[in-house]
This record gives sequence, structure tokens and C-alpha cells, in this order.
Amino acid sequence: MSPVDPRAQVEADDTAAAWAHVEVSRHPDRPYALDLIQRCLDDFIELHGDRQGGDDAAMVIGLARLGGQRLAVVANQKGRTLEERGRRNFGMAHPEGYRKAQRLFTLAGRLQLPVISFIDTPGAYPGVAAEERGQAWAIAQTLEAQLALPTPYLAVVIGEGGSGGALATLLADSVMVLEHAFLSVASPEAAAAILFRDSGQKQHAAAALRLEASNLLDWGIADEIVPEPEGGAHTDWDATAAILRPRLEARLLQLTQRGFDPARRRARYRQLDGLFEA
Amino acid sequence: MAISPGYTRAQTSNDHGAFTCSACHATYPAAQVAGTLYVCPGCSHHARIGAHERIRQLVDKGSFQEWDESLAGTDRLGFFDTRAYTERLDEARARQQLPDALLTGAGTIEGHPAGVAAFDFGFLGGSLSTAVGERLARAIEHSAEQQIPFVCVTSSGGARMQEGVFSLMQMAKSVSALHQLAEAHLPFISILVDPTMGGSIASFAALGDVILAEPKAMIGFTGARVITQATYEQLPAGFQTSEFHHARGLIDRVVDRRELKEVLGQLLAVLAAPNRETDRILA
Repeated sequence: MSPVDPRAQVEADDTAAAWAHVEVSRHPDRPYALDLIQRCLDDFIELHGDRQGGDDAAMVIGLARLGGQRLAVVANQKGRTLEERGRRNFGMAHPEGYRKAQRLFTLAGRLQLPVISFIDTPGAYPGVAAEERGQAWAIAQTLEAQLALPTPYLAVVIGEGGSGGALATLLADSVMVLEHAFLSVASPEAAAAILFRDSGQKQHAAAALRLEASNLLDWGIADEIVPEPEGGAHTDWDATAAILRPRLEARLLQLTQRGFDPARRRARYRQLDGLFEA
Repeated sequence: MAISPGYTRAQTSNDHGAFTCSACHATYPAAQVAGTLYVCPGCSHHARIGAHERIRQLVDKGSFQEWDESLAGTDRLGFFDTRAYTERLDEARARQQLPDALLTGAGTIEGHPAGVAAFDFGFLGGSLSTAVGERLARAIEHSAEQQIPFVCVTSSGGARMQEGVFSLMQMAKSVSALHQLAEAHLPFISILVDPTMGGSIASFAALGDVILAEPKAMIGFTGARVITQATYEQLPAGFQTSEFHHARGLIDRVVDRRELKEVLGQLLAVLAAPNRETDRILA
């Protein structure tokens, strides 16, 4: 383990705990989006393509039912096998992925379908082709699309929630976070490279960023932390889904019943940090 | 009035009134370079300038009324990397003469009223903090209330790591505020200058109704160094420059700083002009 700066106010225990949290969220046996979608939702039908020339496998969209409610689904998808990991780019979307998400938001608005998003991405894909095709523009437009969506919208962070790539499907009316999932301004490795000029300081960065799920609830960014089976979601996918499904159903019902207005969602993200008087 | 140009230390060659271009290394008298708006008279390299100098260059003399001038953020996470974040903030505030990395206000540009925001790259890399996000959102809202177009000059490394997830959420805050401008049918002119990266270009800065950029500015989501480290890809010539994005339909026009005010004036003249027939029909 790399030495921690002795001047740091972060205790070694906190550093170890923060890093353990990140490692569970990235566990190779952790259920990915489709694993949870298949176990939590009924009749999932995957749709394909952004209708502009691409179909990014790192972003999955589709239609499903939950109880009596029909809905639209958008999810970051990681691969399990070597071949699938490559095909899905480790859950890191290109612009086509974000445009595919926009297409889903448009479709949901037109058909008056509530949306559930599943977030599990290290971030947007950091590559030449992604930049050439307007990665930043695609993410910005997806943020805008979420804040204009005229139907109830629920987001669940199920694993990694890295930077702007995660935000592209996070700006919901209600945000749930699995116990061992996290949301961060940058991956711990990227933050360490920026802050310490050494990605090996990732544990220290993870602690300094305070990226454990429980903090998101205290800060008002998340509305609910979803417990995982003892040891983490990777120990039992069915048990994880059994905990998650009724909570999704309850949240969605709550969002639908309270009457819906996208202006309320925009106000939530306008006032979110609560540091300044309105 | 003696206003520091606020360029970053790397581009201030010495303290003896001379300016050395960081691109071609030629040296010119500081007064001459101030006259060319800190564009190198030899090679046309656009040196980085601070927020105060940017406002001085773009807004009509004497017309600028600053908004939210005392709005400053706090160290929400108690963040410490190699130094305490509070120390970095105090130092930047003293050096850049700003409470955080953004200066906002109302003024006229070639006689046209507008809300104006300018990022200060010398202030912690112009990074998007809660205070920057809040001041930006308020500037957008003030513009909507006053029924004036909004112009933002961005020079920002992206989200400020030291404010963690709060910084990330400023992307959402800024986009949420922009919705008010759109509802009021008011234009947002986004001007990208060197560099505009990460969370800043992936939120408000990419959403201009019209997007302009200074020549050869570095603009992109992921920095070239990180891309190379992550993918080992060869970077194409001119990767992530203004011209690169313009060629791909992502930026409307690349404008030399010496012509920027005039171009803005032309844009505002068209965008702010009353159009009686459609205004009547669409009202």
C-alpha cells in the first residue's frame, strides 16, 4: 500500500474503509444492470440504436413492466466475459450511447412512460473516436434531456457512478444507491492522478472524496440507500434483486402518485447543494 | 485603470514590462501586447487572460455592473490532498482578486445589453466549484429576469476535485438554470477559450445556442494525456483544438480575440432585434 501523506487529516482506517467500498462496487461477480433488470423487472424488451447511426452496447435501453406499471429503462452495462467486456467497453459509453439514452427519454416522453435508470459506469469512454464525435456535447445534451423529461424518473446507482458519464442518466426525481455503490466526481484513479500526480494514491483519493454511498444520503443527493446481502451484492444476485424490486416499485408509485412536473426536478438540481440562500 | 491581465505565471516571462509569447518565444513590450489583447503580434498565439481582463476587452467601458460579487463557497468535505483546500482557496482569492473562478455581471457589448460571465483560469484552473456553479446559475437567472441575452466565456479544467460530488452536481445546476433562459426565448452565446475541458464542456458550455471559440483552444471531455494513458491511441493532428471541433460541426465559428467583440456585437444585434411579425404571432 502506498504511504499516506503524514499531514493528511484522513485517518488510515477511513482510507481502508473507503477503498474497500470501491472494491466491492467493482467486484467481478457483482450483478450488472441486465442481471438486476432480469430479476427486478417483468417482460424486459431491449431496444437498439440511437437512430443516428450507432448502437453502443455500453448503454442498454428497453421497455419493461414492474407490477402493473409499464416503463422505459436505460442502463450502463458492463461485460462479464473477456469478449463482452470489450464489446461493452467496460460500461463506458461513446457519444452514441448518450444519444441512445436521449432517444429513450424522448420515447418515454411521447408514450408517457416513467423511466428507471441503472447506473454502473467508470465514466464516459476516454478515447479519440469519442472526442471526435462530440463526447462532451453528447453528455451535455443528455443532461438537458433528463431535465426536460415529462414523466416520472427514478435512478438507481448499482455499482460505479463515475463523473459526467454517470450524471448523464442520474438526474432523476428520486435517486437510490445500493449500499456498496458510489458516485464520484472522477474515478479514484483519475482523482489521484490530478490531485497527487500519482494514480497509485487512489485509496487516499477515495477517502478524501468521501465517496461512500451513505454520504450521498446525508448530502441530499440520494433519497435512499438500498441494503445489500451480507458481504455485498456479489454474494447473492437473487437476494439483491429481492431487496431492490419492492423498493423500486414503492418509489415509482410514490413519484407517480404525487403528481408530476419536470420543473420540480429542475428545481431539485438547481438547489441541490443547499449552500446558498435562494 | 490598472487591471492585471491575470494571465497564468507560466506566460508572464519577467517582471520588467516585457511579454514573452509561450508559443513562439518572441518578446514584446507589455504595452504593445496589451494593445493586441494578449494575442502575440508575431504568431497570433492567444495567451490566457484572466476574468477581469476578459470583461475589460468585451464589455463597453463603464457599463459593467457586477453581480453576486461576494458569493464564495466553503470547504464542504474538509478536503486535504497535498495541502488543505482552504489554503489553496485563500491563496487563489488573494492572487486573482476574485472570490472564486467566475466573474459575472451585466453590461453592454457594442451597445447591446447582455449578462456576461467570464471564467478565470488562474483561479484553480477555472474549475467548477459550488460557488462557481451558483454564481453561473444566478447570472443565467438574472439575465432571464432582465430579458437580456447571456454570454459566457469559459476557460475551465472541469469539475473541482476538492469539492468532490458537489462539484459534479454543478453540471446539473448550470443546465437546470439554462432552462429558464430557454423558456424566456433568450439566446445563450457560449465562447470557448483555452482550455475548456471535462465537466464544463460536458454541461453548460456545450449548450450555447451559438458556440464560438478562440483559435487553437484545447477543448474536450477527456484530456489528451489521459486518453493516451488509457488507450495508447495515436492522437490525430490538431486533436481537440477549436478548429478540430469546428470541422466536425460542434462549434459555429472560430473567432480571433481581436475580432471577438465585433462578432459578438453583430450576433447580439441580430438576436436582440425585435421581429415584429413573428413576435406578434408567437406571443
